Amino acid sequence: MKAKITITLKNGVLDPQGKAIEGALAGLGFDGVSEVRQGKVIELELSETNQTVGRAILEEMCEKLLANPVMESYSIEVMG
Amino acid sequence: MKPAVIVFPASNCDRDVAVALEHVTGACPTMVWHQETSLPDTDFIVLPGGFSYGDYLRSGAMAARSPIMTAVIEKAKAGTPVIGICNGFQILTETGLLPGALLRNAGLNFVCRSVTLRVENDQSLFTRAYKKGDYATFPVANHDGNYFADEETLNQIEGEGRVAFRYVDNPNGSARDIAGLLNEAGNVLGLMPHPERVTSPLLGGSDGTVFFKGVAEALG
Repeated sequence: MKAKITITLKNGVLDPQGKAIEGALAGLGFDGVSEVRQGKVIELELSETNQTVGRAILEEMCEKLLANPVMESYSIEVMG
Repeated sequence: MKPAVIVFPASNCDRDVAVALEHVTGACPTMVWHQETSLPDTDFIVLPGGFSYGDYLRSGAMAARSPIMTAVIEKAKAGTPVIGICNGFQILTETGLLPGALLRNAGLNFVCRSVTLRVENDQSLFTRAYKKGDYATFPVANHDGNYFADEETLNQIEGEGRVAFRYVDNPNGSARDIAGLLNEAGNVLGLMPHPERVTSPLLGGSDGTVFFKGVAEALG
């Protein structure tokens, strides 16, 4: 199965890169933009075919390495 | 004193700290490659500064999960003194030996300059050479030096007197101006600035000499 993991800084954690992007967008004339958050996307393929088992493995990966729960939150999308 | 310096790919202060330690204390550190799984006989472990694994994923994230770290964590939990300088501090938070995380600097810039620190705790083995309220000037050189922890954790850290050093003029947005943080037992120190870079007036200062001499004396 293919999976896509999206990691962003938790709400409440200052995201200076998001703020800088927000400022640059405003500078280009894009009005009404707020709450810009920068994150990262990790795509991977798993040999596991059982969706429930696969999702549990992905959760464990996020907790152990891919995200730092102190400052980041993550979401997992299984793409079949 | 029997120091060991852990070397990760893209550590770049490993030799600096080894030279500084030998210069100040006379003890020649053992360099330990990150792929090793056991440590030599040591009473002082250094996680040096640099950009281990190119800062991939998050600063310190890959290094914290490299083979040697299992032994380092075990030793740290058993009471062996461990210092993480700069990237080493990031590695310590990634292992969970220290709470919180080091985020991108609030001003987004890489900050590379000397900063003045105030000693907040003069009881730890790393800071016994100082009196509370003393000042030390060390250089910082980092992009991710902005210490972050939730309010509850920060209050706990403060309540337990675990802030070893605070920035006088915060260069990176660190919560509560934290520059150096101790673990609960007091044997692990994360320090964002670099004492190893100022152990000779030729290098711009010798405040680092005071620091390392103090550690060597505390270790006996």
